[in-house]
Amino acid sequence: MTMRATTEGFATRLVLITVAMLFLGFFLLLPLVAVFSEALKQGIGGFIEHVDTPDAWAAIRLTLLIAAISVPLNIVFGIAASWAITKFSFPGKSLLITLIDLPFSVSPVVSGLIFVLLFGANGLFGAWLAEHDLKIIFAVPGIVLATVFITFPFVARELIPLMMEQGKDDEEAALSLGASGWQTFWHVTLPNIRWGLLYGVLLCNARAMGEFGAVSVVSGHIRGETNTMPLHVEILYNEYDFVGAFAVASLLACLALVTLVAKSVLEWRFDLHGGAKH
Amino acid sequence: MSSTSLTAGRWRRPSVLPGFGLTFGFSLAWLTLIVLIPLATIFLKAAGMGWSQFVDVGFSPRAIAAYRLSFGTAAAAGLVNAVFGLLVAWVLVRYSFPGQRVISALVDLPFALPTAVAGIALTALYAPTGWVGQYLDPLGIKVAFTPIGITIALVFIGLPFVVRSVEPVLADLGKDVEEAAATLGATRSQTFSRVILPAIGPALLTGFAMAFARGVGEYGSVIFISGNMPGKTEIAPLLIVTQLEQYAYEGATAIATVMMLASFSILLLINLIQAQGRKRMGA
Repeated sequence: MTMRATTEGFATRLVLITVAMLFLGFFLLLPLVAVFSEALKQGIGGFIEHVDTPDAWAAIRLTLLIAAISVPLNIVFGIAASWAITKFSFPGKSLLITLIDLPFSVSPVVSGLIFVLLFGANGLFGAWLAEHDLKIIFAVPGIVLATVFITFPFVARELIPLMMEQGKDDEEAALSLGASGWQTFWHVTLPNIRWGLLYGVLLCNARAMGEFGAVSVVSGHIRGETNTMPLHVEILYNEYDFVGAFAVASLLACLALVTLVAKSVLEWRFDLHGGAKH
Repeated sequence: MSSTSLTAGRWRRPSVLPGFGLTFGFSLAWLTLIVLIPLATIFLKAAGMGWSQFVDVGFSPRAIAAYRLSFGTAAAAGLVNAVFGLLVAWVLVRYSFPGQRVISALVDLPFALPTAVAGIALTALYAPTGWVGQYLDPLGIKVAFTPIGITIALVFIGLPFVVRSVEPVLADLGKDVEEAAATLGATRSQTFSRVILPAIGPALLTGFAMAFARGVGEYGSVIFISGNMPGKTEIAPLLIVTQLEQYAYEGATAIATVMMLASFSILLLINLIQAQGRKRMGA
């Protein structure tokens, strides 16, 4: 009797699993399959022909450059913020955590808009920038700024709960044995948090390379110059070059799959998140 | 040790660990430069517009139609996700079946897949000639370039928020509570609606709120499938972009301000409801 009342019968279970799988199949798997299928519509040759263009290569290079700048910035900030927040107690800590999370609740388009209002031709600093011949909006610095803003909470958000849980006993022991502050950080803290850090970096990198809305507002869509991969997908799509758009999109989908696999491996091997919490 | 040396008037408790000044100072400076000052700009700009101009551009008929569409479709998608996200979380936590780990990993796909990629993929599926659209079109069901298409894109974007916030609570919910309910004569559906649902309610509401907030601001996955007809299928974020492209910075700012205030108010309201709920539950 207890068995029946605390779990569902076989038929009910089967129905629930089937409905859930159909839902996931339709909403998650099918779009993914569509990306690769459309990209390979003209075969491997067609795929390569569409990816191997100067504009596509420029977009790939720019996307890698943007990630290479903004991810390390977020790593430094994430570690510094988590160190201050988890190793010390001070008033206003929860306010600080809330403010770090703020970019999550702002529309990507608004995240781009704020930098246009600051640094655009008619922005607060627009005249000053023009005078000194500096360009932020419709140039690489603007794309970096928008990307850093969008990915701002990613690393800190992974590290804060992890370092909170680990406490500061290890660090205090190292210091009492005569290690310096930097030595303690490099040899004690960093090894303790490396997998959590890697997890945060993975998510941060995926978002940095894939961001569309914020980057679209500040980039100006100059082909070969300020076009990232997601923006290049949009341009090709709007020009009805569907195979080209899906070919570039499939590269981004591969990035997403690699991210998911690496993330799952980290979750299983190191019991990060227990595969549940986000 | 630190409790005895806690002296009145010190801003933070003393610690043997070094680096507070450096890390706190750097974090606060970087946060102020990258997040706080840029975000403040938008409110500054809005405040400088004057009330009547703000209302004129921020609440024009076109803007109101865009808000209704964005908030309406985000709410509809949030509800779909609340139901199916709960089902997916339930199946993943409570049952075991082949391929479970792969499916669990797949749930995070919308977090990892760039939104523009999702956007063109969904459009390819639901356009009248697409894989799915070609079967719906003869039935008179139009998905792409209608609010239904927008909702589908937002269901895709929001699903992991619900699943990932419900999962841990469902896993922590002890079997003993359910056994107690069953021993007392509750049927399985009574146990679900009277015991399980109230326990996971706050997590479900959090997941809904996060999916909703994300949906309201979502741009990349929606603009391809929405058709972008002003007053009909033009979402609020797209209207901001359109205004910017016409150098109508006031319009863009006003719409962005209205959207941000509305989103923050809704999130605050949901937080209050949850705080009330926790108080009533006595925890």
